[in-house]
Amino acid sequence: MIGMAHFLTVAAIIFAIGLYGVLTKRTIIGILMSIELMLNAVNINLITFSHFITPEALTGQVFAIFTITVAAAEVAVGLAMVFRVYHDRNTVHAARLDEMHW
Amino acid sequence: MFNQYALHHAWLIPLLPAFAFIFVGFFLRRLPAVAGFVSICMSLLSFILSLGVGYGVIARQITVDNPLVQKIPWVSIAGFQADMGVYVDPISAMMLVVVSLVALLVQIYSLGYMRGDNGFGRFFAYLSLFAASMLGLVIAVNFVQLFVFWELVGLCSYLLIGFYFNKVSAREAAKKAFITTRIGDFGLLIGILFLQILFGTLDFQQLAATVPTYVMQHGTALLTIVALLIFLGPIGKSGQFPLHVWLPDAMEGPTPVSALIHAATMVVAGVYLVARAFFLFSVLPDAMAVIAWIGAFTACFAASIAFTQRDIKRILAYSTISQLGYMMLALGVGSVTASMFHLMTHAFFKALMFLAAGAVLHALPEKNDIFTMGGLRHKMPVTFAAMTIGVLAISGIPPFAGFFSKDEILLAVAQVSTPLYTIAVVTSFMTAFYMARLLIVVFCGEEKPENQPHEAPLSMRIPLIVLGVLAVIGGYIPYANNFGDWVRFGAAVHEGIDFSVAATSTVIAILAMCLAWFIYGNGMVRSDKISRRFRIFYKVSFHKYYIDELYLWFNHTFVDGFGKLLYWLELHFVEAILIKVAASLPVKLGNVVRKSQNGNLQRYGLVMFGAMILVVVWLVLLNPLFNGVAGGAY
Amino acid sequence: MVHFPLLTTILLTPIWGILVLSIMPREADKTIKMIAAVTMAIALGLTLYAYWAYDITLGGLQYVEHVPWIEELGVAYSLGVDGISLPLLLLTMLVGFSAVFVSWNIDKRSKEFFIQLLLLIVGAIGTFVSQDLFIFLLFYELGIVPTYIMMVVWGSAERVSKEYAAMKLTIYLLLGSAFMLAGVIALYVNAFPAGMRTFGMQALAQAHVLGNLSEHVQVIVFFLLLLGFGSTLSMWPFYSWAPDGYAAAPTGVSMLHAGVLKKVGGYGLIRIGLLILPLGVKFWAPFIAIFAVVNVLYAAFVALAQKDLKYIIGYSSISHMGYILIGFAALNVISIDGAIANMFAHGIMSALFFAMIGLVYDKTKTRQVPELGGLAHQMPRIATGFMLAGMSSLGLPGLAGFIPEFTTFVGAFKVYPLYTFIAISGIVFTAVYILRMLANVLFGPRREEFDSCRDASGAELVSLVLLGTVLVAFGFFPQILIGVINSSVEPIMATLMGGAF
Repeated sequence: MIGMAHFLTVAAIIFAIGLYGVLTKRTIIGILMSIELMLNAVNINLITFSHFITPEALTGQVFAIFTITVAAAEVAVGLAMVFRVYHDRNTVHAARLDEMHW
Repeated sequence: MFNQYALHHAWLIPLLPAFAFIFVGFFLRRLPAVAGFVSICMSLLSFILSLGVGYGVIARQITVDNPLVQKIPWVSIAGFQADMGVYVDPISAMMLVVVSLVALLVQIYSLGYMRGDNGFGRFFAYLSLFAASMLGLVIAVNFVQLFVFWELVGLCSYLLIGFYFNKVSAREAAKKAFITTRIGDFGLLIGILFLQILFGTLDFQQLAATVPTYVMQHGTALLTIVALLIFLGPIGKSGQFPLHVWLPDAMEGPTPVSALIHAATMVVAGVYLVARAFFLFSVLPDAMAVIAWIGAFTACFAASIAFTQRDIKRILAYSTISQLGYMMLALGVGSVTASMFHLMTHAFFKALMFLAAGAVLHALPEKNDIFTMGGLRHKMPVTFAAMTIGVLAISGIPPFAGFFSKDEILLAVAQVSTPLYTIAVVTSFMTAFYMARLLIVVFCGEEKPENQPHEAPLSMRIPLIVLGVLAVIGGYIPYANNFGDWVRFGAAVHEGIDFSVAATSTVIAILAMCLAWFIYGNGMVRSDKISRRFRIFYKVSFHKYYIDELYLWFNHTFVDGFGKLLYWLELHFVEAILIKVAASLPVKLGNVVRKSQNGNLQRYGLVMFGAMILVVVWLVLLNPLFNGVAGGAY
Repeated sequence: MVHFPLLTTILLTPIWGILVLSIMPREADKTIKMIAAVTMAIALGLTLYAYWAYDITLGGLQYVEHVPWIEELGVAYSLGVDGISLPLLLLTMLVGFSAVFVSWNIDKRSKEFFIQLLLLIVGAIGTFVSQDLFIFLLFYELGIVPTYIMMVVWGSAERVSKEYAAMKLTIYLLLGSAFMLAGVIALYVNAFPAGMRTFGMQALAQAHVLGNLSEHVQVIVFFLLLLGFGSTLSMWPFYSWAPDGYAAAPTGVSMLHAGVLKKVGGYGLIRIGLLILPLGVKFWAPFIAIFAVVNVLYAAFVALAQKDLKYIIGYSSISHMGYILIGFAALNVISIDGAIANMFAHGIMSALFFAMIGLVYDKTKTRQVPELGGLAHQMPRIATGFMLAGMSSLGLPGLAGFIPEFTTFVGAFKVYPLYTFIAISGIVFTAVYILRMLANVLFGPRREEFDSCRDASGAELVSLVLLGTVLVAFGFFPQILIGVINSSVEPIMATLMGGAF
């Protein structure tokens, strides 16, 4: 029987992959994709908890939909910024975009 | 009755010239004729009122012990009260008459002397303010009022000495006068504060009532210090040693101003202050001794400088210092009568001499060395007569004014102390000598062809004649009418003429004048020979004992030097080290911390997640509250 | 009692001015200046009325307004003036009004300049009229920000760059006010138990009477306040911002800062220190007296070595603060009366000085004394203004500076004879540097390079005439100033004498 622990484990693995990607990917696009992974891991968590603990209320599912929406918006804005940055600096390498410190 | 009116409206006396100052200073500066007219009218009115006051004092038997005082509160706060008012007694009445008279005559004289000057209106405004301040000082009812007008007198002298402000020397002289007298005022101010603390009042009448009791209870030690601090004020203002240095430089002002400063206003303020506060000094024998010795020393010292000076106004200036020394000496030996008497006669003959000197300078512009003049008696008979009367009066030749007052002083001194008497007699010898020198060199001898002298215009001659008459009769008439009783202060020291003293001083004066004639008149003794013979004395005297140089050196080295030192510290220590170090600390700290802000996004993320994990670990493992949850149902 | 909210109106007048200015088009230069002038004229008129209508026989707080604001914290919009703050309020208006006219020649971004200037004035007014510590602090901080901006944008550089001077001033004052804030919070927390806490100054003054504030607390809190107000007052050793700041600031700001904002420090020491923390004041007073003496002499000597007019007056104003401090430290009616009157007199005098220096700089393009000279030939009016200010600075009778200094000395001499003696010797050195400056700038031979400079006229004359008149009027009739002050100080000190001292 696949229980809550399995779902949570999958979510944790995906989150860890995403986290690894965020911290190690060189390009901003890679980082954005990794963030997507982490968000989806959280979505799995939300739905899992909702399904197993409070099945009558759909709070977790609603939250997950919100997250997906916001994630979509975020990708749109994020990619737009990446385009601008590429246009401006001719690179999307995160390590090279370090002028924001004093 | 007029004297009744005058007595009760004596506050108008300083106010009238003050109005003249306001009108002339603010509205009539560009109209010389109107400015002069307004000023002189106001001075005349104030002189007439003063005469009324003087007459009223005699008629109503007002004496020093029961003065007529009117006052209104000026400042009144808890624990401190200062009034403004009018203090009429014989001393102040005499001063009112003298000051307003001399001020009036000087203004009339200035009509001619200052004609065509750019600053004519401004000059009359200042003169009016000067007279107003001095008259206000004379009628002061307490030390605050006295100090207020004292300072205003100082301001006026500053403005007038620096009247020709395009001249650097005038500007510097004005500054010097102000600062030097300021040093005296510092002492005066502290003394006044002491009085306020000790007695809780600064009112002359109340102080006079309480001081003797205080002395009986607490002794004189502290009060002597207070009195000497107060005396610093007169030392500064009346040009006593060692703060006399400003007075000769004050000659940079126009000559009428010199006459006013020397005869009636500024410098006699110090003498007047001591006389006014005599209730304080008279109970303090040590303070009196200091006053007497400073006076005597100043008299002698200044006379010895006047010996060798060549500038006509400077000679007169040193003679003023010397005569003021006489007045102080008289006060110091306890004779207010003699001092005030001499103050009055001195006002007449010194104003006379200055105005005569002014006439000379008017006739010979751009000259002030007496040895470039000579033979002026032919072209300037009135001036010559005036100067002669002045010289005879100051030398103490009977029956001129100075004889009676000087004799009074010598007599008072002789009764107290022989050394002081000796100094006074020696001084009177020197006085007669250098004054005769001045007269002979300027007016006798050959006329210099390069000079084109002319007699002074009428407006300048009238004051000369009036003052000349006063310098002749100004001594005998008060003497014959018991001047001593008139300005009596407590027990009068006035015993008429002592013939031995009178004869001595007269003979000495005549001897000195003869000597001067032999040296400068017919050339029996060559003056340059003498000066070469006594080279050191000559040099020291000519350079005024190097006191100016000493002050200058002190001021430049110590005062300025200290200022520069502190400023250097300010720039190179406070600013460059303390502040820079303090300011660099946050910068340094920031430099250390900012290394972590390297702009690498992923590093930030790593730190963030690391921190988050630490928080979780802390919450789950270390916090007992969460332990229950973590180890719960699942 | 319902009455016309006079103080709120006074406070709001410049704020209305700011609002009107902010909707004006940038190009309407003349209109902008007129609006600022009219605003200040109304405020000045209202303040004059308040001063005139103040009941001396009654004394104490008048024109009180009280509206609760944040009740949980005990903050209220509480206004009122007494004899201590009323003269300073009048000072603010006089100097503010003059500052507007002094800035008449500003043509760079005049709209923004006048908005900032009015904001600065609002800050000063607010500190003087507020009876609530919270509001007081609010307005106190309000004064610092516009100063910074005005110095950086409209300032001028002499010894140091204007950015440096502005930074220095801001950091000094903000640092000071940080300490002060800590002190105020400590006071707030300790004065009353939770639930009864309040920022109302009147209520806080009762805390001492009720015995809620131990001497220990008072000593510490007053020390923190002293750091704050001391730097505002440029007390030694927290003075270093002042000369640089004044030199770099535009004339109007120098006037307001030296004339008014500096006095907020002295006012705070009296209003918050003396009234609320008498034991703390008593503990620190001997130290303040020493600092006061150092202030007087140190600054006077440094002023002797200065060449720049603004630096001379900057140091001179530090020197004069010493007289205020020693008056405060002597803690008796006469000396405190004198200290407050001195704040007023010095405010007018230094404002006049800075105004005249501004005019001279406008015309000759230099402030270096060695490069100037003989200006009385070309500019007799400016010379008159200079003389008036200089003579008042010397404490000449007949001008506003004399009676305040005299009473300060009378009061202080009783308590600190030696210190006062040394401090009074400062009048000699003051005479030296002031007279030297007057002589070298105004007098001496006519210089042809200044022949093209025109004397002050039109709007430039406003500050000269107004401030000069005030100097003379308050010099001849000191009672109208010191009587008002005394009416409030006397009862306060009588209460304190009974208790703390």
